[in-house]
Parts: sequence; structure tokens; C-alpha cells
Amino acid sequence: MNLASEQLILVAILLPLIAAVFIAFTDKKPNLREGVSLVASLSLLATVLSLLPTVLAGEQPFVILLEIAPGLPIKFVLEPLGMLFACVAALLWPVNTLYSIGYMRGNKENHQTRFYICFAIALSSTMGIAMAGNLLTLFICYEILTLSTYPLVTHKGNAEARQAGRVYLGILLGTSIGFFLLAILWTWHLTGTLDFKAGGILSGKVAGPELSILLLLYMYGIGKAALMPIHRWLPAAMVAPTPVSALLHAVAVVKAGVFSVVKIVVYIFGLDTLQSSAGADWVLLLAGFTILLASIIALRQDNLKRRLAYSTISQLSYVILAVFILAPLSTVAAALHIAAHAFGKITLFFAAGSIYTAAHKTNISQLNGIGYRMPWTMAAFSIGAISMIGLPPTAGFLSKWYMLMGAFQAEQVIAVLVIIASTLLNAAYFIPIIYAAWFKQPEMSSGNEHGESPWPIVMALMITASLTLLLFFFPDVPLQLATSLIGENPQ
Amino acid sequence: MENHLSLLIVVIPLMAAPLVAVLPNGRFPWLVSTAVTSFVFVLACWQLLNIQAGNVISYELGGWAPPWGIEYRIDAANALVALIVAGIAAITLPYALQSVIKEIPANQHSLFYSAFMLCFTGLLGITQTGDIFNLFVFLEISSLSSYALISMGKQRQALTAAYQYLIMGTIGATFFLIGVGLLYAMTGTLNMADLSQRLPELYEHRTVHTAFAFIMVGFALKLALFPLHLWLPNAYSYAPTVVTIFLAATATKVAVYVMLRVIFSVFDFSFIKGTPTDELFLLLCVMGILMMSFYAIYQTDAKRLLAYSSVAQIGYMMLGLGLASMLGVTATLVHMFNHALMKGALFMALGAIVYQIGSSRIDKFAGLGKQMPWTFAAIVIGGLSLIGVPGTAGFISKWYLVLAAIEQQYWLLVIVILAGSLLAVIYVWKLVEVLYFKSDKESNIKIKEAPLSLLIPTWVLVLANIYFGFSTELTVGTAEQAVKLLMPSVN
Repeated sequence: MNLASEQLILVAILLPLIAAVFIAFTDKKPNLREGVSLVASLSLLATVLSLLPTVLAGEQPFVILLEIAPGLPIKFVLEPLGMLFACVAALLWPVNTLYSIGYMRGNKENHQTRFYICFAIALSSTMGIAMAGNLLTLFICYEILTLSTYPLVTHKGNAEARQAGRVYLGILLGTSIGFFLLAILWTWHLTGTLDFKAGGILSGKVAGPELSILLLLYMYGIGKAALMPIHRWLPAAMVAPTPVSALLHAVAVVKAGVFSVVKIVVYIFGLDTLQSSAGADWVLLLAGFTILLASIIALRQDNLKRRLAYSTISQLSYVILAVFILAPLSTVAAALHIAAHAFGKITLFFAAGSIYTAAHKTNISQLNGIGYRMPWTMAAFSIGAISMIGLPPTAGFLSKWYMLMGAFQAEQVIAVLVIIASTLLNAAYFIPIIYAAWFKQPEMSSGNEHGESPWPIVMALMITASLTLLLFFFPDVPLQLATSLIGENPQ
Repeated sequence: MENHLSLLIVVIPLMAAPLVAVLPNGRFPWLVSTAVTSFVFVLACWQLLNIQAGNVISYELGGWAPPWGIEYRIDAANALVALIVAGIAAITLPYALQSVIKEIPANQHSLFYSAFMLCFTGLLGITQTGDIFNLFVFLEISSLSSYALISMGKQRQALTAAYQYLIMGTIGATFFLIGVGLLYAMTGTLNMADLSQRLPELYEHRTVHTAFAFIMVGFALKLALFPLHLWLPNAYSYAPTVVTIFLAATATKVAVYVMLRVIFSVFDFSFIKGTPTDELFLLLCVMGILMMSFYAIYQTDAKRLLAYSSVAQIGYMMLGLGLASMLGVTATLVHMFNHALMKGALFMALGAIVYQIGSSRIDKFAGLGKQMPWTFAAIVIGGLSLIGVPGTAGFISKWYLVLAAIEQQYWLLVIVILAGSLLAVIYVWKLVEVLYFKSDKESNIKIKEAPLSLLIPTWVLVLANIYFGFSTELTVGTAEQAVKLLMPSVN
């Protein structure tokens, strides 16, 4: 059994890569190419799900691929948080592939083969991040993810895409080499290990201002978590085709960022070490600041995808805020929010792309009355928005609930206030869209009549909207994974 | 055979040089040179195997016992550098066939390969010998032949570049000779091991300090340490492609090796600490890394861009030396090896482009990535290695360099090293972006992928960049062994 799950870990990482090769060879046959993508994504899902019972049983299978230098292996370990992240990404890849087929064909995009290849590589590195057994492995996969998504961000190849690509690569590569690598090296220098260990490897090794500096290096080194002021790459990345924004810039890439943050807090620093540090309070404040400011900026965006991007920035900081409340329950909330936000936000992006495909509209001010032309799309959008606000019966309620409980448990008044204020802001920038779509009269019909999007798009967004609801009613598995994360840190 | 191994490495190419010169033009000179370099490469590998486990090979030329006769003294440091030189030459020559046919008049081919063999002999001789005057002789052999090689470039500026290098190189060699003369006057010996025995009691003597200063400045010129680098950009830009590849990957490394040898084997650690040498090196390296990287960003010619990047990279190598710690010198040796791989790969890929379009101006490269995908991929991977992205050889160099700086708490250096990487992101991506995106103005539609004889050697080096990013047994292992012998007192 153990041997089998070790092999399955490698399969999960290699499968998308092998798929990428096959996609390259089926360049001239679009149907076959997309068939390969779909089959690969479904087999990845099957692989990841077959690993789930092992993790739920409390085992942590691991594989050591090779050793770069003594004490520095490339190592993959399957632990609960990584399993949760891997499940979310693997679950959404097939849905996103289905959506991509509809979107890319519907909009007659160029370079579709390159698109699917890069997507597969990005998914492979996402699996690598989820299952990374030490900081070095995590860092390698993190950089591959950045590089493999560059061609996707610059997909259009025009001057705007080129400029966005510069911002994207400049910030993500710059912060990771400038800060993240430095923090990793510093950690290695202090401890002589980079393994993720329950309780943290840094406990007792560093204290005072040095601890705070190291913590900030990590927080700003992980640019993918989009803590202000290094968030600008995320709105820039919105020039990409919508499936990229949906799976990568609402799920895989950004979640890889906050996932790394949670992992580093829990397994490198340890909650106990951070409780005595002033740095943790600063990060809490920075996250709170990011949540509120990003929401306020989101309010002012008329472009739908940009509003969603700023909403993502704010939601990412929820995860950071939750984990830096440093209470056990809020750590559970951080893990849950990774999943909850993923399902909700991908639904919203799918809806935005659906509107673009069917109606060629990108701005919120153009959406009056669109709910009657595109009922399925806007119904899904509404569910996603409700989840973002955090109302039942959606997944977003669940994570916010735990977050608040954790904040009360730790008596973090600021965190409570931030969560309440931002909930109001979330409502303020999502409800007008829903209202306009369903209750406002469309402006004088411009003559281009349109109905719903192609069926793959509608089907994909219905699936993710259902998942958002299902997670509320059946939260057992993610909850169990999230709680076993803190089970290892008895406090 | 084993006894004569170390001598054969030098003698075989030396004998080959006149033989190649008298061969008729055509394929023969190339064929003989290729056979010779491949054979020498095998010998160099064998030599490295022989010195594993801390062995030192001592070979007495003509049976004259040192210190009277010339001694070849091989330890891990020599063997590693000899392997770099022989390995790069063995990979460059298969590449040379087509490139030389295109760039050098047919009636000069045998002379070209003859000069190449001489240069190869000289560089290998420097690495093998244990006699400081013999080192000067080989230095002149390699220098004079490289002036000739550079002057064979297609453009007329090649002559000026060669002349500039001739003047600077001669000054450097003369300084070195003056230094050696002073040492001989003081000690009466030219054998390095013998010198290291006799020098310590003379450390207070001003003549010894003068000699040291002359040798250092002389070699700082040869290895193009900022601000003595002025000859290098011109020499690299105007030399024939093959010469640029070979010199960029080996010549400066050999000069760095001589620095190491003189500092740690002829003199010793305590002497350096009594002089401002290490601080001076650090200062010049910091300035060199930052300024030359900035210069590289603003180049419009791809060869010059890489040339300035080389000067910056030499800064990294000397930085490790200036740190004067075991980790620092290890980093120097590792980076010597890795930089040979990355610059070799990059200049080869660039050479393939120049071979196809006949220009190395960056604005002529627009959109070539599509026409020359393999060359483009080679530039991307080589560039990533230059930046130091994990998974490439460059990452290993950066890892040890930063660690060495952290170890001594030189935070400023840490920042400079990482800032240098970020500047590298800019100049590498400048190339990549032009190649990747289509130009609006002109199209390079008729350009085809480079011939296989250029692509295969390029990819051998590219794959080596990846291989040595994961396996460090050869590079770091040998370097650590070398450092143990070079700096016994620090243990």
C-alpha cells in the first residue's frame, strides 16, 4: 500500500508532463489534442483522489527523487494541507479543460497547442508545490509555475500582453529570487535543514527583530500570495484568456502562494514561535490592510475581470490573515478558504468569460438585464458572488465562520473588524452586478442578439457553481484534512 | 600510461598544432583537431578520476627532480579546470566545422585550427603546471594564439579588438613576469610548492608584497576583472563565433584558477589577510557586478550583451575568492565550472542565430523563436541558468555564493549578488522577449532552424546545465576537495 502511494505521488506530478508531450505531438488534430488534455486531467483527478484515503488515514507517504547536495533532497511528501490543495487543483482542471475547449474555439484564439501544453506544465508544477516535502522542492516548482504561465499571460502577443508579461515576470521572479531565495538560504544557514516539520524548524533558532525580518522576507518573497504592495502582477495577468485567469490566477498560481505561506507558517516557523514575535502582528496588519484596500479598489473597477482580480487579492489576504491570527481554528479556516475561494472564484471567472464569448462584453456597466439572456451564466455568477461575500448556503460562509471563531478565540479584535468591514465591501462590489443583471432594464438593443454561451462553457460553470454549494453541505473531507493540519500541533 | 597522463594532456595538442598547420585546407585540419580534443577530454576525465580521494599527482618533466626541474602537480583544483577546458574544446569543435566554413576564408582553415590547438595547449598547460615560470610560458602561448584567433573575425573591427587585447594582455603578462622575477630574486626558486615553503619567512619583506601586487594586477587584466575589463567586450563581439565560445567559456576561468593558485598555494591565507587584497577584490566585484549588469541591459548587440554579462559573472567568481572562506572558494570553483556551461551554451545558441541571419543585432531577432524553436529554447534555458533559476547549474552557484556571504554576515554582498540576478533577469528577458514576440515591422519568415551540427553541441551544454543543477557530486564534490588542499590552515 505504501509503495503504491509513493508511486502515485510521482504519477500525479509526471502525468501532466507526459500529457504535455502528447499534446505537442497532436498539434495538427485539435479534437485529439483536446481529447488528450481531457483524459489527462481526468486521470490526474483519479490519481489524486486515490491518494485521499491514505492521507485521511493519517499516513504521510513520501518519495525522495534525488539529492542535490548532502541534506538537500528533492523530496515529495503528501500531508493533509497539500492533499487539500492538490484535490482542489485536480478537481478543477478537468472542468477548466472543458471550459477552455468552449472558450478557445468560441473566440477562435491562436496558438491553442501552446496554450494546452503550458497549462499541463503549470498543473504539473502545481502538483509539485502541493506535494513538496521541503522548501527547496517547493521553490523549484514555484519557479517552474511562474515560467510556465508566462506564455499563457502573454498569449495574445500584442504590446499590451508584452507589457503585462513584463510586470508579471518582473514581480514574481524578482520577489522570489530577491527575497524568497534569500529567506530559504538564511533558514538553511540557521537550521541546516529545509524539511517541513510539525512545530516548525526555526523554533528556538532565531528570535526578535531577525525573526521579524525573516518572516517579512518570506511574506514578500512569495509574490504569488499578492500581499500589497506586490499585488500588481495579478491585475496585469488579466490580459490572458479567461480560462487562464480562471484556473491559474484564481486557483493554481495564487493558491500556490497562500498555500506556501500557510506551509511556511505552520511547518517552518511553527505557530508557537510566531506567537511571541512582533513580526506576526505586522503581517496581520498588512493582510488586513490588503483586504480592505483591494476591496475598495475593486469597487472602482468597471472592467469585470479587473474587479474580480482585485477581489482575488483581497480574498488571498483572508488566508494570510486567518493563519496569522495564530489560533488553531483560524488555521483550519485558512486551509478551508483555499478550497472555498477556489470554487467560488473560478465560477465567477467562468461567468465573466462566458459573457465575453457570447456577448463580447467586458465591462460591468454593460451588463444591465443580461440575466435573462444568459440565465445559467448569471445564476452561477450569483452563487459565486454569494460565496465571496460569505453567506450561506455557500462554501464561503464555512471558511468565514471558522475565521471569525478563530479570531474570537485569539481575541484578535482587529481581525474581527477587518472581516466584518470587508464582508460589507464584498457585498458592495458584487451585489450591484447581480442587481444590474437581473433587475435593470437592458439599454436599447444594439441589434446583436445573443443567447447563452457554447454548451461546454455553460456546463463547466454549472459544475463549479454546484461544487460551491456542495462544499457547504458536505464539508467533511476538506474539514478533516484541515483539522488534521492542526492535529499535529497540539496547543 | 597513468604516469604520463598529465603530461600527455599538454603535449598531444602541442604536437597537433604544427601538424594541423601543414595539413592542406579542407576537412583534415578540423578532423585532426576534433580527434585531439576528444582524446584530451577523455584523458582529462581520467585525470580527474585519479585525483579523487585527495590524491595529488606529481610528474617530473624529463626526470629532473623539483625544484630544479619542471614539475606538473595536479590536485582537485587543476583537474577540475583542465576538465572544463578540455570538455568545452571537445564540444566546441564539432560545432566549429560549419561555423568556421561560414566565417573564415577557406585558405586560412588550417592556420585557424593550428592557432586553436596552440591556444588549447596554452590553457591546458597553465592548469597542469606546478612551475610558475612555466605557467608564464603557457600563458604567452595561449595569449598570442588567442590574439591571432580574435583577429580572424569577419568584420574589420576584429583587428582593433585583437590589437586592444594584445596591448592589455601584454601589459598583464609583463606584470606577471615582473612579479615572478621578484619572487625568484627573493627565493631562488620557481617551483610553486617550493615557493610556498620559502616565502612565509619573507612575508614582511616589501619586495614580496610588490611581487604579489604585480602578479595580482597582471592577472586581473587577463581575467577582465572590473575595471580592467575594457578589452573583453570588443574581443568577444568581433572574434569568430567559435573563438568567442571557447574563450568565453575557458580563458577567464583559467585566469581565475591562476589567481586561486597564487593566492592559496604560492602565498597563503595568512598573507592575504595581512594585505588589503580581499577587501579590494570585494569592492571591485561589487562594482563590477552591478555596473556591468547595467551595461549589459543597454546593449543593442547580443554578443556584447553576453560579453558584459561575462564581466559581471567574473565578479561573482572573484567574490567567492574575496570572501576568503572555504565556502567562498568552493563557490568560486563551482561557479567557474557552471559559468563555462551556461556561457558556452548561450554563445553557441547565439552563434546558431548569427549563422542563420548573419547579424547579432538584437533588433534583427524579432520573432525568430518561432522559426528556430530549438535555438530559442536553448537561449531560454541558458538564460535561466545565468539568472540562477532553480533546476539549473546557475542556481547551485548562487546557492553557495549567497551561503558564503551569509556565513560571514556580509549582508550587503548578499543583496548585491541577488540584485545582480535580478539585473540578469532584465537582460536575459530582453533577448527572450524579442525572440518570442513577432515584430510589427519586418518578418524573418524565410529563416530556418540551424543545422544539427550546431544544435547538437548547443544542446549537450544546455542539458549539462540542467544536469548539474540537480547533481552536484562532480562540481561541488571536487571543489570541496580542492578547497581542502588549497586552504589546509582553515580547517
